[in-house]
Amino acid sequence: MDKNSAPSLHIMRSSLGRARGLGAAHAGLHHWWAQRVTAVALLPLALYFVVSVLLLAGADHAAMVAYMSKPWNTVLFLCLIAALFYHLSLGVQVVIEDYVNAEGARMGGILLVKGVIYVCALACAISVLKLAF
Amino acid sequence: MKDVREALFVGRNSEGKLVHRPLSPHLQVYKPQMSSATSIFHRITGCALGAGTLLLTAWLVCAAAGDATFSVIQALLASWFGLLILIGFTAALFYHTFNGLRHLAWDAGRGFDLPVMHRTGWAVIFLTVAATVIFWVIGFLVW
Repeated sequence: MDKNSAPSLHIMRSSLGRARGLGAAHAGLHHWWAQRVTAVALLPLALYFVVSVLLLAGADHAAMVAYMSKPWNTVLFLCLIAALFYHLSLGVQVVIEDYVNAEGARMGGILLVKGVIYVCALACAISVLKLAF
Repeated sequence: MKDVREALFVGRNSEGKLVHRPLSPHLQVYKPQMSSATSIFHRITGCALGAGTLLLTAWLVCAAAGDATFSVIQALLASWFGLLILIGFTAALFYHTFNGLRHLAWDAGRGFDLPVMHRTGWAVIFLTVAATVIFWVIGFLVW
């Protein structure tokens, strides 16, 4: 290289590749953005959840059924479950990626934990629907 | 195959002996700061809330299972051990929510100045304690 030339950086990458913004992970912005979207959604939903828990403190089964069968409670609980478990799966994935170095254990751990999270999400949603109907 | 980075983490100490360089930050010699403490606590409360979500699942599934099962989990949650977990759950939820607002502000490019960052950090701690206390005062009143 010419010693007198100004320092420059050569990016061996097509313009299309740069425009798409997909790096080595082939995933781009999606994970980061989804984590923020669910975080914002959870701000009002967490407040609703806290109020619900206070209203249901020491409730018996009949009170629980009466609460969950109100349409807005059914809908809001389903929204809460969707946002909460999605946010949880994104967060746990980052934690595992940060601390588990072995490739196999990392991938296996993420698959296992996400599987458990999705099963729990479905169990919660079906339970709410069963109480509601 | 050995990680290529390992070659870069080797150096000589003052006696000329080849040693592995320490990775930084080394927690034993790293002074806790508002930034690092609130950051790791955000992750810890996130993981704790993940465990709390299993409890939420158990609560809803038991409710759907019927009267007998639901009264068992309600009694468990009302025991001293259950209350201890629930108090921890609410504290973690409030902390993660308030500190999450801080993270969202940073994502929007606001609040990076150190004095502001310290103020918001203390605000998160204060709000977490206040919200947890208020929640449980109301909780024990309406119980």
